[in-house]
Amino acid sequence: MTMRRNDFRARNHPAWWAFWLHRVSGLLLALFLPVHFTLLAQALHGTAALNGLLRLTDSALLKVAEWGLVTLLALHLTGGVRLLLIEFGPASGLRKNWIAGGVGVALAVGLAFALSLLA
Amino acid sequence: MSETTLQVRIWRGGSADVGGTFQTYDVPRRDSQTVLDVVTHVQRAIDPTLSYRYACRVGMCGSCAMTVNGKARWTCRTHVSRVIGDDGALEIAPLANLPVVKDLATDMRPFFDKWAAARGRFQGAQTRLDDFARVSPDSPERRAANAGIECIGCGVCYGSCDVVQWRPEFLGPAALNRAWTLVNDVRDTDRRERLRAVAGDAGCHSCHTQGSCTERCPKGIAPTLGIAGLKRTVGRAAAKGEL
Ligand code: SF4
Ligand code: SF4
Ligand code: FES
Repeated sequence: MTMRRNDFRARNHPAWWAFWLHRVSGLLLALFLPVHFTLLAQALHGTAALNGLLRLTDSALLKVAEWGLVTLLALHLTGGVRLLLIEFGPASGLRKNWIAGGVGVALAVGLAFALSLLA
Repeated sequence: MSETTLQVRIWRGGSADVGGTFQTYDVPRRDSQTVLDVVTHVQRAIDPTLSYRYACRVGMCGSCAMTVNGKARWTCRTHVSRVIGDDGALEIAPLANLPVVKDLATDMRPFFDKWAAARGRFQGAQTRLDDFARVSPDSPERRAANAGIECIGCGVCYGSCDVVQWRPEFLGPAALNRAWTLVNDVRDTDRRERLRAVAGDAGCHSCHTQGSCTERCPKGIAPTLGIAGLKRTVGRAAAKGEL
């Protein structure tokens, strides 16, 4: 006797998508962090090495990547606050208002960052 | 209502690996028809070998849960009009995450075994000769217990939880909701053992707060919040060295 497994229809609701976003943004950020620290570590080898690498960040592709990172960070942060509220705050459902608000804030932060890049 | 006909896909046989599959039946559409009415029509008028479970038909016994158009539901209180697709599609399958016995009937034993494992049984110190315990309806404990006490043991939450699917030993939302209800029962004397029972890898800390249980529970219970309460309580007890 084996069991039936759910498909996407069972998962298609806001709290599950919030979980998915949190997981994916967390994984992507985890992938990025080693790169980030490698770059910072270059500072230890003197300014020339660091500057060489930092010049790379002027390229358009990296700008887009930076924008993505900032947005991911904002998404992960607002999602994390929602989880903390569910776990430690007064009981108030699945806090779906935070899902909508969090995504909105994260996108706004991303846009603001994109604008500052253009400026 | 008009003489329209529903085309219903119903799961027949055991699980897919032993040849189970959907079969289509034509069922007359009626006013105020529930999904359970549809299944009952098929069994009484078309194929008496169809197996499924129900008892009360009014949302009290918790025996009629199935997967309807992909989502777990209590079928006796689910109106066809609320779940039917725009194309008129209705698909009825057994609950997920439980072994399929035959057709729409699942083996609920793992589900209830986990209630027992989570120490879901009340343990009191008084006898029937003692006076009633007085618990203020306004106390935080009573309120927390109230939030979870109407569970009918239908397994809808269990059949919706990804963590149950990923980690078969996970106690699951209903058992943990029950444990949380009893943790808040001030008369109960088994608190420490219960907290121990839900503190392990199979317990509350495995929940990823996906909220599928809370989203689907037909009684409006939020096991997600009860599990969060258990996490806090277990954490506090562990910090004090009480576990
Ligand atoms: S909130 Fe926890 S118990 Fe409920 S469905 Fe999600 S993972 Fe399962
Ligand atoms: S918590 Fe809700 S969905 Fe889960 S068994 Fe109880 S009544 Fe059913
Ligand atoms: S038949 Fe009892 S809850 Fe549906």
